[in-house]
Amino acid sequence: MTSQGIGARVARKEDARHLHGRGNFVSDMIMPGQQEVAFLRSPVAHGRIQRVGKPQGYEQSVFVWGDLTGVKPIVATSTLPGYQLSAQHPLAHEKVRFVGDPVAMAVAPSRAEAEDLLEQVDLEIEDLPALVDASLVSKETAVRVHEEWPNNLFITMNYESGFDAKAQGAPVVVEREASLSRQAMVPMEGKAVLAYWDERANQLIVYSSTQTPHMIRIGLAETLGIDDGQIRVISPDVGGAFGYKCILQPEEICIAWLALRFRQPFRYIEDRREHLTAGANARQHAYKLRAYADATGRLLALDAEITIDGGAYSMWPYTVGLETGQATGNLPGPYEFRGYRCKTQCVATNKPGFLPYRGVARTGVCFATELMMDAIAHKVGREPWEVRRDNLVPAAAMPYDNITKKHYDSGDYQKALLTAREKIGLDAVRERQRRGEKDGRLIGVGFASYCEQSAHGTSVFAAWGLSLVPGYDQATVRVTPGGGLEIRVGVHSHGQGMETTLAQVAHEVLGVDIAKIHVVLGDTGLTPYSTGTYASRSMVMAGGAVARAAEALVPRLVTIGAHLMQCAASTARLEGGKVVGPQSSVMLSEIAETWYRLPYRLPPDVDLGGLEATMAYRPKVDTGAFSYASHAAVVAVDTELGHVEILDYVIVEDCGTLVNPMVVDGQMIGGAAQGIGTALYEESPYDANGQPLASTFADYLLPGATEVPAMRLFHMQTPSPYTAYGIKGMGEGGAIAPPAAIFNAVNDALKNLGVEVNETPLTPRRLLAAIQRAEKARA
Amino acid sequence: MKAAAFDYARPRDLGEAVRLLASGGGSAKLLAGGQSLGPMLNLRLARPKLLVDVSRLGELGGITDAGKSWRIGAAVTHAEIEDAVGTLAGGEMLPLVAAGIAYRSVRNRGTIGGSLAHADPSADWPLALAALDATVVINGAKGERAVSVDRLIRAAFTTDVAEDEIVTAVTVPKLSPSARVGYFKFCRKTGEFAEAAAAAVVDPERRVARIFLGALSGPPHSLAALARRIAEEGAAACSREAALEAVAALPLDAVDRRMHAGALLRALQQIYPP
Repeated sequence: MTSQGIGARVARKEDARHLHGRGNFVSDMIMPGQQEVAFLRSPVAHGRIQRVGKPQGYEQSVFVWGDLTGVKPIVATSTLPGYQLSAQHPLAHEKVRFVGDPVAMAVAPSRAEAEDLLEQVDLEIEDLPALVDASLVSKETAVRVHEEWPNNLFITMNYESGFDAKAQGAPVVVEREASLSRQAMVPMEGKAVLAYWDERANQLIVYSSTQTPHMIRIGLAETLGIDDGQIRVISPDVGGAFGYKCILQPEEICIAWLALRFRQPFRYIEDRREHLTAGANARQHAYKLRAYADATGRLLALDAEITIDGGAYSMWPYTVGLETGQATGNLPGPYEFRGYRCKTQCVATNKPGFLPYRGVARTGVCFATELMMDAIAHKVGREPWEVRRDNLVPAAAMPYDNITKKHYDSGDYQKALLTAREKIGLDAVRERQRRGEKDGRLIGVGFASYCEQSAHGTSVFAAWGLSLVPGYDQATVRVTPGGGLEIRVGVHSHGQGMETTLAQVAHEVLGVDIAKIHVVLGDTGLTPYSTGTYASRSMVMAGGAVARAAEALVPRLVTIGAHLMQCAASTARLEGGKVVGPQSSVMLSEIAETWYRLPYRLPPDVDLGGLEATMAYRPKVDTGAFSYASHAAVVAVDTELGHVEILDYVIVEDCGTLVNPMVVDGQMIGGAAQGIGTALYEESPYDANGQPLASTFADYLLPGATEVPAMRLFHMQTPSPYTAYGIKGMGEGGAIAPPAAIFNAVNDALKNLGVEVNETPLTPRRLLAAIQRAEKARA
Repeated sequence: MKAAAFDYARPRDLGEAVRLLASGGGSAKLLAGGQSLGPMLNLRLARPKLLVDVSRLGELGGITDAGKSWRIGAAVTHAEIEDAVGTLAGGEMLPLVAAGIAYRSVRNRGTIGGSLAHADPSADWPLALAALDATVVINGAKGERAVSVDRLIRAAFTTDVAEDEIVTAVTVPKLSPSARVGYFKFCRKTGEFAEAAAAAVVDPERRVARIFLGALSGPPHSLAALARRIAEEGAAACSREAALEAVAALPLDAVDRRMHAGALLRALQQIYPP
């Protein structure tokens, strides 16, 4: 390891601009003649549009679906059996399907004036009954979210393997339910789009706060009906995304259409109320589980029914089949058992369409499975960590194909758990519990283990029958005339620190100082194609591609260098940013100077690829590199106020080779903070008519600096056998386990009261209600 | 989420402020720290035609010693009160309460008079000042008048202050050196609106015992019977059972009763440590 290569703890290159407030976000951009756009959004959950009356004199400033000539609705297709299509019109057509569904847009010199115009729009909607509770899908027959469907089911998946044989005669049977409430993703920056027509380039330029600029270009070309060569999508600085921005957004289409039609700059910035209502689109799963185990708690079989509240529309390009498939396939978690039956239904409801939030379905399945692990342990009278350990796939079994045919590539799951147990100090916590607290609070400790498919590639996405599947990721590495490097990749970085970590990968190969390595991301005009940054894939995919491209330059550099040293190329090698021969060495900057400025010194057989290479990369096994972790939490529960305080939080994780340990720590902590939000704070409740009840931060609580404990992180490093340098993706992992670990800790604290909580977030109200129910039952 | 158009005026003195407010005919609104009004304007829940900014009026500033009481100007910020810690003999509870309001950036702008006039049920000042038996000074076209804080608030977000009147100051009686106070609010997270809150002041020298519950659906609620018991029995009357009994009559569900009793008990335990 060098001081800047893979594994080095280098400070992030991008921090300088962000810490000084010099980032460049869409909100910072001002173009000459720029118009601001505001959306009129449906005030009802379900209804038929009768009339959208434009304000008199402003007919040219307000637009409805009928005005968007040439625009097609968003339709995400999938060949999964039984999947029903939804057509999402960027501005509602005929019907509105959730509160916040865009109906019209107004254009004005300022956002405030655009909002003034919207107030004057005469919107008449005939209310229709709404489907708000997904559990009523089989009973509610009058409502049709999509009228052409025979029911309200996006998709139902059934998976069964060895269930009857393994479940039969099991001595221990445990039944539990678990559910996660709907929530929003709440990036610091919401959606943001600015589009204009570039006459010189003859192109529509779309600046969008997106994770996936290349994919958005495809989506815009399809929905606008123009050549993709006429569109350039640029994703500038992005203030967090978390999956909210990895799909084609209706607002992107609307703003792009305005710029295309009027050849003028238009901009839209989502505000917080829009985000909390129209963006309440994540996590809502309900689980019914029945586990079959032996007398020691060894899991024999698992029977599951999962209901996903899918909202109104299926997002492009992944479809709601992504969440459904991930839930069905990942519920078995890191455990070794051979009987499984699962029915997962994804219900169309009158809420915003479900999006893949950091962790995707795994936060839900980890919550359900890990609560079940503790329930089994209680039933058989053992410590939850013991039962967990006995059930985890042992290191000796790696690589391991699990019950849903997931190929776990490497790792020691049990060691991660045992380390978490040691680091959290289980024995000391148990002793403290026995002593009791002076303030009367109850102490509990909880564990949660998971494994996380990262960088899953072509075969996985193709199996979901999508119209757009990731394949090879490409990177360009170019030596500049001054001897530095330019790296161009089609993924994007919005908090992941890839301007630094991709430079570290290139440094590992070519030895160039990372201060002289410039990473270009997020621009279809400047970077090779990639589907983008999502699914914990970019470090594996783009990192691998950067390594390959850099490696392709090595023989070219050596050839020129050897020629300059007048030695045979076979006797020279690249080392530490120099080509080293038998007697002398030549700096990379001198080789660059030769190629660009003094070409008469080049060897006659010089590689015509020059000092620039674009290479594609895909892991040799593309079913995913599985990161994993065990989390452990100690909590104090106030049974009078219903407050839960996290006293200690330990994460033991293995994401293979660490490219930059500080970046990994940052990702883990940020993800876990969001997991704490899911566990204790964040919720987008709806009333029976589908009205969202949390539309500002007064009602929607996020964990803040005082609620996120100083987490203690410990790393294991088991390189993936399938990826470049053994790197595994890890961007989502932190957000997966906290709800499970925290709920298990609370249930541990309340065990003697006979209380078991199982619904996120654990608000004081939910907690006290559970305590009071248990008190009543005891009385 | 941008405010509808409004006019803005910054009067030079209280008299001009009163005149501007009256000229608005009910569509003028006072702006002080803007910590509640700002979001309401942006959400277009408040749509005044005219904002009268009183945040820099000299008459509304300053913390002054008025002998038996402290006079706090209505436009004094929570942060100014927080930072007056150690200087308010007999009013020690005030910096204590101020320091727990929201978080520092809100405290830097939010004002004590604004908090009272806004009358959010989960706000700190209505509750704490009711327990302290403070009085609000109100000015209008007809002159000056005073109302005790526990009579000021009629319902959530509704006060005795008329549309053309301005809260100018709060007068807080000084407590005896032997007095003890308790203040506890339960928030789901630091700086958040309170779920349950209680304030207690026991000053035997001045024969005062006042206990109030806050964070209810309406104004702070006086627990007079409990206060009498506490005055007579002291620590003996301070128990979980007593707290539960005190809140039993309130129109709350079982969860809220438990939470408020929990907050109440903790406030009392600051006076009588268990």
